Amino acid sequence: MFMFEKAIVGSRRYWIWLFCVLCVIAVGFVFYMYQLHVGLGVTGMSRNVSWGLYIAQFTFFVGIAASAVMVVLPYYLHDYKQFGRVTILGEFLAITAVIMCMLFIYVDVGKPARIFNMILHPTPWSPMFWDMISLGGYLFLNIVITQVTLTAEREEVAPPGWIKPVIILSIPWAVSIHTVTAFLYAGLPGRSFWLTAIMAPRFLAGAFCSGPALLILFCLILRKTTGFDAGQKAIDALGVIVAYAMVINVFFIVVEAFTVLYSRIPGDVAHLEYLYLGLDGNYHLVPWMWLSVLLAIVALTLLLVPSWRRNRVLLPIACVAVFLSLWLDKGLGLIVGGFTPSPLDTITTYTPTLPEWSIVIGIWAVGALMITVFYKIALAVHEEVGEEEVHQEDVLVARTASH
Amino acid sequence: MKITRKDFLRLSGLSFLAAGSMEAARAIAGRSPSAKDSSEHPAKHPVQWGMVVDLRKCQKEKGCTACIQACDSAHNIPQFSDPKHQVKWIWTQPYETVFPFIQNGYAEQSDAGIPVPLMCNHCASPPCVHVCPTQATWKRADGIVMMDWHRCIGCRYCMAACPYGSRSFNWFDPRPHISHINPDFPTRTRGVVEKCNFCEERLAQGLRPACVDACPEKALVFGNLADPNSEPRQLLRKRFAVQREPELGTGPSVYYLV
Repeated sequence: MFMFEKAIVGSRRYWIWLFCVLCVIAVGFVFYMYQLHVGLGVTGMSRNVSWGLYIAQFTFFVGIAASAVMVVLPYYLHDYKQFGRVTILGEFLAITAVIMCMLFIYVDVGKPARIFNMILHPTPWSPMFWDMISLGGYLFLNIVITQVTLTAEREEVAPPGWIKPVIILSIPWAVSIHTVTAFLYAGLPGRSFWLTAIMAPRFLAGAFCSGPALLILFCLILRKTTGFDAGQKAIDALGVIVAYAMVINVFFIVVEAFTVLYSRIPGDVAHLEYLYLGLDGNYHLVPWMWLSVLLAIVALTLLLVPSWRRNRVLLPIACVAVFLSLWLDKGLGLIVGGFTPSPLDTITTYTPTLPEWSIVIGIWAVGALMITVFYKIALAVHEEVGEEEVHQEDVLVARTASH
Repeated sequence: MKITRKDFLRLSGLSFLAAGSMEAARAIAGRSPSAKDSSEHPAKHPVQWGMVVDLRKCQKEKGCTACIQACDSAHNIPQFSDPKHQVKWIWTQPYETVFPFIQNGYAEQSDAGIPVPLMCNHCASPPCVHVCPTQATWKRADGIVMMDWHRCIGCRYCMAACPYGSRSFNWFDPRPHISHINPDFPTRTRGVVEKCNFCEERLAQGLRPACVDACPEKALVFGNLADPNSEPRQLLRKRFAVQREPELGTGPSVYYLV
């Protein structure tokens, strides 16, 4: 499975990096054991803010997982050849992100030993049941797709014909994972901040800019560290995708804000007030939300001017800005803002604690470990095939010479 | 036939999937608990438990917490000083935050600040029951929204869904925080959600809820809402009553006489 033998050969730098990542995972694991032993009270969550960083990170990374569709769709449906090299990177990113999502759910539940009650007592009228189905299915599809296409590449044969419909199925499936995740929140009668039909479209727009932005950054890192070149045209095309998706994302946020602010329904306005202006002397999220706005403006400015977007220095800055802006918006404000003020108008400050941050960073490190290993395998297969081609050419040249 | 390790792994993976999808198909074929209940015509079920809170009688004695204390000791409710971690089945909240829609600002005597007793509303269409991914919370034919502390996985989706803040999570092990354990009622463990159960354990013995019995002013009136001659129905016929956030369509079984 997965040609893991390719991941256990590497340079000194590769092993040092893996060691560091494993150390971070170990710290997260120790804090998770502490949380498991003492209870979820070791986090900053409370009676009124009953979901926090874990669920927010889950939501954000569902978006990263779904964004693989932005390379899969052009490559397989429109035969956009430039994405030949990044498609496998996108699919591996999807696998990594889905596993991170599952870990974030796992660390959030109070009784993890009972988590299989969701399968033992399947409940199709709960959106959470469908989220499990869509995430699990998406993971399965991407594992099959990467396994089959990579094996075909290594054996230098065309992938089997049956994989094409599976890949095409993965496209609407990617949309479904983020739609169902939005439905988790958007169907609750008492939470006006989430009770909006634009939540799923907004989630998708946010996903389709933050995911490809991360993919661009990965391509640039790989170019520096391994010499693997995804192709300037592919990176430019990804830049265009990030630009469009970011514009649509910001447009959706403005649409949302207009409805709430112009109608002036106090219960709806209160959440935006709490996030962006501060409510009853509680300002602790305000700087972060404005930082998100500022980063969005910086990103849009850099992305909308074609020459800046193609600039090798400015593009990564724009990508980091997109990623951080969306992370603050979705990975922080969305969940906490939905809970505050509570239906009984109580403002409860939510501050993630040290164990909570350690567990979150531990799961990021699991993601970093997975992406490193997966990309190592993909690149090793790629190089192997490339070398063989060169080798065969040599043999051919030698033969012709001897004749 | 020779089976390689790879084939074996593939086969076992596929059989797991097949088993899982069978289970899912069975569930989809079944119906939701709320659908099941409505098909049994809850209105036709001879008993629909409900409560009426007479706010004029409540708090005749300022600072009275008899109902809360009775509930806490009957149900082994842990006491946490940090409001973030509190477990509450019945508690009070200022009038203006509970009923923001009945303030006119010109009343001679302001009701602001009057504590209003709150509890689970045992909704006719409970959002918590709809969202629970394991059916650990469900609605009984007699109207009570129940909670299985042995099935709950602690995902807290019900807490996000409840528009009344009626659900509490055990952020820590509750047992060391219970001053006196009532052996007739279970204690809970850390990591599960709990809430008011309308004292179904007392109803089963023919008793009234603990809070109702404890109220010195008889401000809490409990009974069968399906019976037109029951005490709560008589009160609701004569006096002006409100429910909490009725516009959400949840259909609370707790009424307030204001």
